[in-house]
Amino acid sequence: MRRVAITGAGTINALGHDVPTTLAAMREGRCGIGPLEFRDVERLSVRIGGQVRGWDAEQHFNRQEISLYDRFTQFTMLAAKQAVEQSGLDFRGKMGFDCGVILGTAGGGVMTSDENYRSVYEEGKNRVHPFVVPKLMNNAAASHVSMEWSLRGPSFTVATACASSNHAMGLAFQMVRSGGARAIITGGSEAMLCFGGIKAWEGLRVMSKDACRPFSANRNGMVQGEGAGVFVFEDWDHARARGAEILAEVAGFSMTSDAADIVMPSQAGAQRAIAGALRDARLAPEEVGYVNAHGTGTAANDKTECAAVAHAFGHHADRLMISSTKSMHGHVIGGTGAIELLACIMALRDGVIAPTIGYEEPDPECALDVVPNVARERKVTAALSNAFAFGGLNAVLALRAA
Amino acid sequence: MAENPSIRDRVIAIIAEQAVLERDQVGPEMSLTELGIDSLGLVESIFAFEEEFDISVPFNANEPSESDFDISSVAAIIGAVEKLVAEKEAA
Repeated sequence: MRRVAITGAGTINALGHDVPTTLAAMREGRCGIGPLEFRDVERLSVRIGGQVRGWDAEQHFNRQEISLYDRFTQFTMLAAKQAVEQSGLDFRGKMGFDCGVILGTAGGGVMTSDENYRSVYEEGKNRVHPFVVPKLMNNAAASHVSMEWSLRGPSFTVATACASSNHAMGLAFQMVRSGGARAIITGGSEAMLCFGGIKAWEGLRVMSKDACRPFSANRNGMVQGEGAGVFVFEDWDHARARGAEILAEVAGFSMTSDAADIVMPSQAGAQRAIAGALRDARLAPEEVGYVNAHGTGTAANDKTECAAVAHAFGHHADRLMISSTKSMHGHVIGGTGAIELLACIMALRDGVIAPTIGYEEPDPECALDVVPNVARERKVTAALSNAFAFGGLNAVLALRAA
Repeated sequence: MAENPSIRDRVIAIIAEQAVLERDQVGPEMSLTELGIDSLGLVESIFAFEEEFDISVPFNANEPSESDFDISSVAAIIGAVEKLVAEKEAA
């Protein structure tokens, strides 16, 4: 089996429009969550989110591209460009045939659906733009990435709600490790901060109206964000041979299913995924210094996740740092695991542990070191990234310092 | 409650349907747990109250005890719905 290197990273999210800005914000414990700004927001009861600010698509794309790119695709293209440029890979010629794209998104072109439903149902129009379907389809972003960089190998999109990008990156890892591809552009994106997107979530009554406070006893729900995280996962020997800078090693991956409830999380399912990722990476629990939590800030997730981590790590759980960066960038649904992987890379490369901000009151049911409010400097050689989706689909990645 | 039996009956009908029980099996002192209504059933019931009475129910599943809407028993729910309907009519 081959080893897998991360040789490029890109992002856009509420904390910044690139990786350095995002990591600086995580280091400072800055909050990217604020009042939502879009049409009809006054008809919502939830009016906060981690919105990408100052986004001007025309700065990055031409008119024809904009007519084909939903916001989730725009975010993906920007993040992919950063990742590919950092990797220094050239996909022209034979290399492109050995490379592909595996991305996660839960909703795909939600804004395109929302705008066009509005136009035919509310405004009574009888025609929509001819590109509605190629714009809203979940694989649009993966396809445009493959087209932009001539990646002609395996490409597809994974939709497993809040675990989409972890599943996507896990499959990319397995594909490179098995020799099925030399490099895969992977990660995920989401852009559902619009009236219809939030209205649907409101009904579940799991959203906070004021802040995302993971693990805090007074937490009162999740806050949505938007954005993308994209990486280049590359065959380790290939990366070494061309002298590429390796950001971290993807060492293991595990996925499990609760087979229990469509919304409530299960400790057993999460625990099996965490233990499975350790086993797959051949990591002893004691080697792991940091876990990027799923940490949604709901009553149910955070206590279940803490119990799962505590049981999977045994006595080492008390020495482990675990934080939820959703407190800063919001829950980016199908793209969240990709943005959160940046916190793991920062821990491994820079020795900086991103904090859980908004932490106000200890919860005895979340009695782990959640790195409250302030980032910490600590050398870490291995890290995990958790994602546990609605529908009981769990995906955990294990990373090692390069 | 006596002065407003229709709200009471309509709330009980919604709860009974959610619990898959006959209306006379739903007692005022019973809790949702006793009726076998889980978190999804609760959220669906609240949606049904909002639709039935054209009201907006303040309820966050993350902190049920902090919400203004008391769900501790069938009688409490009836009282909470009556209050919201009265507030709507006064507005």
